[in-house]
Amino acid sequence: MRLTCPICGARDRREFYYQGDAVALDRPAPGAGVQAWDDYVHLRDNPAGPRRELWHHEAGCGAWLVVERNTTTHEVHGVTLAMAVAEARR
Amino acid sequence: MRIDGKGLIDRAQPLRFQFEGIGHTGFEGDTLASALLAKGVRLMGRSFKYHRPRGVLTAGSEEPNALVTIGRGAAQEPNVRATMLEIYDGLDARAQNAWPSLRADAMAINDVAWPFLGAGFYYKTFMWPRGFWERLYEPLIRRAAGLGALSGAHHPDRSEKAYAFCDLLVIGSGPAGLAAALTAGRAGADVLLVEEDSLFGGRLNAETFEVDGLAGPDWAAQTVAELRDMENVRLMTRTCVVGAYDHGTYAAVERVGPHGARRPEGGVAETFWRIVAKRAILAAGAIERPVAFENNDRPGIMTASAVRAYLNRWGVASGQRVAVFGNNDDAHRTAVDLEAAGVEVAALIDSRAEIAPPDLNCPVYAGAMVTGSAGRLGLKRISVKTGRGNKDIEVDCLAMSGGWNPTVHLTCHMNGRPTWRADIASFVPTPGSIPGLVTAGACNGDFSTQACLKAGAEAAAAVLKDLGLKASGGARLAEAEDSPYRIAPLWAVPGTGRAWLDFQNDVTVKDVKQAAVENFRSVEHMKRYTTQGMATDQGKNSNVAALALLADATGRGIPETGTTTFRPPFSPVSLATFGAGAQGIGFAPQRLTTSHGESIARGAPMIEAGLWYRPSYFPQKGETHWRQSCDREVGYVRKAVGVCDVSTLGKIDLQGPGAAELLDFVYTNTFSTLKVGRVRYGLMLREDGFVMDDGTTARLGDQHYVMTTTTAAAGAVMRHLYFVHQALCPHLDVRFTSVTEQWAQFAVAGPKSRELLNGLLDQPVDNETWPFMACGDMAIGGIPGRLFRISFSGEHAYEVAVPARYGESLFKRLVARAEAMGGGAYGMEALNVLRIEKGHITHAEIHGRTTAFDIGFARMLSAKKDCIGKTMAAREGLVDPGRERLVGLKPVGGDSVLSAGAHLFDTGVAMTRETSLGYTTSAVFSPTLGHHIALGFLQRGPERMGEVIRCFDHMRGLEAEVEVCPPVFVDPDGGRTRG
Repeated sequence: MRLTCPICGARDRREFYYQGDAVALDRPAPGAGVQAWDDYVHLRDNPAGPRRELWHHEAGCGAWLVVERNTTTHEVHGVTLAMAVAEARR
Repeated sequence: MRIDGKGLIDRAQPLRFQFEGIGHTGFEGDTLASALLAKGVRLMGRSFKYHRPRGVLTAGSEEPNALVTIGRGAAQEPNVRATMLEIYDGLDARAQNAWPSLRADAMAINDVAWPFLGAGFYYKTFMWPRGFWERLYEPLIRRAAGLGALSGAHHPDRSEKAYAFCDLLVIGSGPAGLAAALTAGRAGADVLLVEEDSLFGGRLNAETFEVDGLAGPDWAAQTVAELRDMENVRLMTRTCVVGAYDHGTYAAVERVGPHGARRPEGGVAETFWRIVAKRAILAAGAIERPVAFENNDRPGIMTASAVRAYLNRWGVASGQRVAVFGNNDDAHRTAVDLEAAGVEVAALIDSRAEIAPPDLNCPVYAGAMVTGSAGRLGLKRISVKTGRGNKDIEVDCLAMSGGWNPTVHLTCHMNGRPTWRADIASFVPTPGSIPGLVTAGACNGDFSTQACLKAGAEAAAAVLKDLGLKASGGARLAEAEDSPYRIAPLWAVPGTGRAWLDFQNDVTVKDVKQAAVENFRSVEHMKRYTTQGMATDQGKNSNVAALALLADATGRGIPETGTTTFRPPFSPVSLATFGAGAQGIGFAPQRLTTSHGESIARGAPMIEAGLWYRPSYFPQKGETHWRQSCDREVGYVRKAVGVCDVSTLGKIDLQGPGAAELLDFVYTNTFSTLKVGRVRYGLMLREDGFVMDDGTTARLGDQHYVMTTTTAAAGAVMRHLYFVHQALCPHLDVRFTSVTEQWAQFAVAGPKSRELLNGLLDQPVDNETWPFMACGDMAIGGIPGRLFRISFSGEHAYEVAVPARYGESLFKRLVARAEAMGGGAYGMEALNVLRIEKGHITHAEIHGRTTAFDIGFARMLSAKKDCIGKTMAAREGLVDPGRERLVGLKPVGGDSVLSAGAHLFDTGVAMTRETSLGYTTSAVFSPTLGHHIALGFLQRGPERMGEVIRCFDHMRGLEAEVEVCPPVFVDPDGGRTRG
């Protein structure tokens, strides 16, 4: 498996650390309530098909990446810097 | 028997080898199988289950029968396929699974007992008594059945791993592969052509075909010569692509040895390649399948294509009188080639009634079938049923062909399923099964040489277009035979005896039918019930026939029955090759501190801390037990001064205007208020509210901090910081980097620590300018470094850091000075005792299930700001006073031994898991106090100070009465630290 890091280019997946669902980007406000925090920290879907994930180019540039990937076909549809996603949101 | 003038062997290069202790001579270019056949040796092995005498069946990597063991002692290597083993001077090969000898194998008794050993016999026969399976039956079955044995010792040879990248990977170098490589190579693509065989050319080397008027092997050699001249083309022989993975990644195994005595012992045996290709063309060819008839497994019965290969490639007649039996026109070629080479052909038997036989001298029987064979250790006779009655024919070799199976395996590695093509009675790859890979030639069902050349060139042209390259104009396609492939399916000849399908696992037609009768109708169930296709050859010769028979037995068609799943590796790969580079010391990277050499020189046993190696203790003359060394070293720190390498702790340098805000967000406590030149202890939570890590962070400048992490969590903390910054606080202008390996850092701890340092520092320090938790720049002999007044031991202590290149020198000087002052170096054991005496936690306590509340640090959660984990840490369940919370424990009376992992109970209750009130996490003998002490977690711990409870280690059988006490055993008010 290979991922194309926007900074470093196409690299073997062994350079990357896998985190999980990209929902980790959507940190609720401190007072958002129990349900919002429970969803954020604990509840994860396990879809067969397209999903957004967080990967970390740990053995590379250190960038956190939002990877759009299909869990059934293993196709990678897009890799974006998490920082760019987070900045766009502000 | 060798045929003069034929074959691609070098008769000027004789090679001497042994098989079963008997010396033979072969030639350069021979495999073990061809060299033995040349000497008339047909018996090469015994079968897996029935110990049936077996000879070579094929001429390729799909060989199920002729498996041998080579090498002696530790270098013993089992299950080497004789068809793939190139002979070399001194080769010593032995047959397997036979005792006392290959010719007289005692376990052949199994072949007489066959009615009891059919499919699933061990599920039915060895059920009672219950306990006998593990103790008796299974060991017996395992000993009786099997392949070769490993030596049990470390093999002296190594394997290596390597990486390759290319535009186009061409798998296989038959006509299709060569045409593809040529087309792509001429257009300038970066091509990697990989061939499993030792010779490029594929079937061209085994047939009498001509291409462009040249003999097949000559055309292949000429094409390879042209490819070799291209700088953009790399050629690899003896390399088998064994797996296809995501995004153009392929695994391949290159046989570097043992094909030649050139390789020194201890040299490289195999190289495991990871190949990343933008595009791939699979041109892996096809594998001929046998026909199932009674006793079709005798030595001398081979596939028709193998008989041709031995004749044309190696100049070997597989027998003196050969019969050919098939269901397709391709089989006829064997008879033609043999007669042309002067080998006697006894008969051509074709199961089809309507055939157009070639011009032959031998009798031709159309609409006839071979129904049986005779000759226990080698074929003597076949029985043939013709339209005009039965006939026995004396032969010593039978060339059989049930048709060809395209080598679809790699296209199934990513869950692809092949497609049935009735016209060729075979499965072909389903397009798109492997993204980026296309198939061409025989592996795609194109069986004529011309069709292969065309398909290869066209596939390459399509790939070039994808890659944005232009095919060079004017290239003409080579011309070759284009005969049609005519076949009528024949899976098994009707009969009552045993007819073999899977030669390697001894599965017969009866077994498949039995599976259907017992309702194992799914092809996956049949496979597991009969073990069909589960041997090391993965049923390459037999799967299609087996599922065709299953389809027949269950009244379904072949497409509905479907195939089992082909998985990597395509060809067996030894574990040593998969694990290349990771044996012994290479298993994991080693991280060594700058004091490593000195620690070893001082005889310190090293222990692993993650990937780091750290000294346990520094033994001195006369000490016979680690505790003696440890207690002495603790004494250094408590009474004089000790020196310890603490460089393995994670060090992260943070700089920028946003550094303070980032630290405030990742730590529970506040770092923006920390004064420059001061250090603060920080606690870090995970977002779920549990403790992640702890450590000290120093503020070296207004916008400059250095964070320390625990040794174990350094990587995780770094990752976490990156995440918090990039994903949650992208607005912060801050940069950070790990400097763990750039700085060598040593703890200098004990009442005499300042005295020691003042003898070294260019500028002496005192309590006024360097109070507890001060930090800043310093210099030793003009070398700039950093000094931190922090203490893990609870004593007056410092940590002194210098650029790593000065680490070794500084360590030696610090230790020498400490020794002159009644102290010395201390290791991990003493460090652990010192921190437990002081109640300092490590990951033994912050083990992922403890909160700040549990360890008594609830007040470290600043109310004035948000931080990672703050919201979730406030959940009522995480601040419940009934939780297990950190306490100290000391034995009542002082004599008992305490251990980590023991459980805590109220006195007078049955000590079971249900009544456990907590557990110990760290326990040591405290030389300072003269008794054992422990840290642990106890329900309502802080409310139970002074109470006596029981501590019981069920595993070690240690029981003690303990008093609950605060977790700080030594100097609770911290006077020594500040001293």
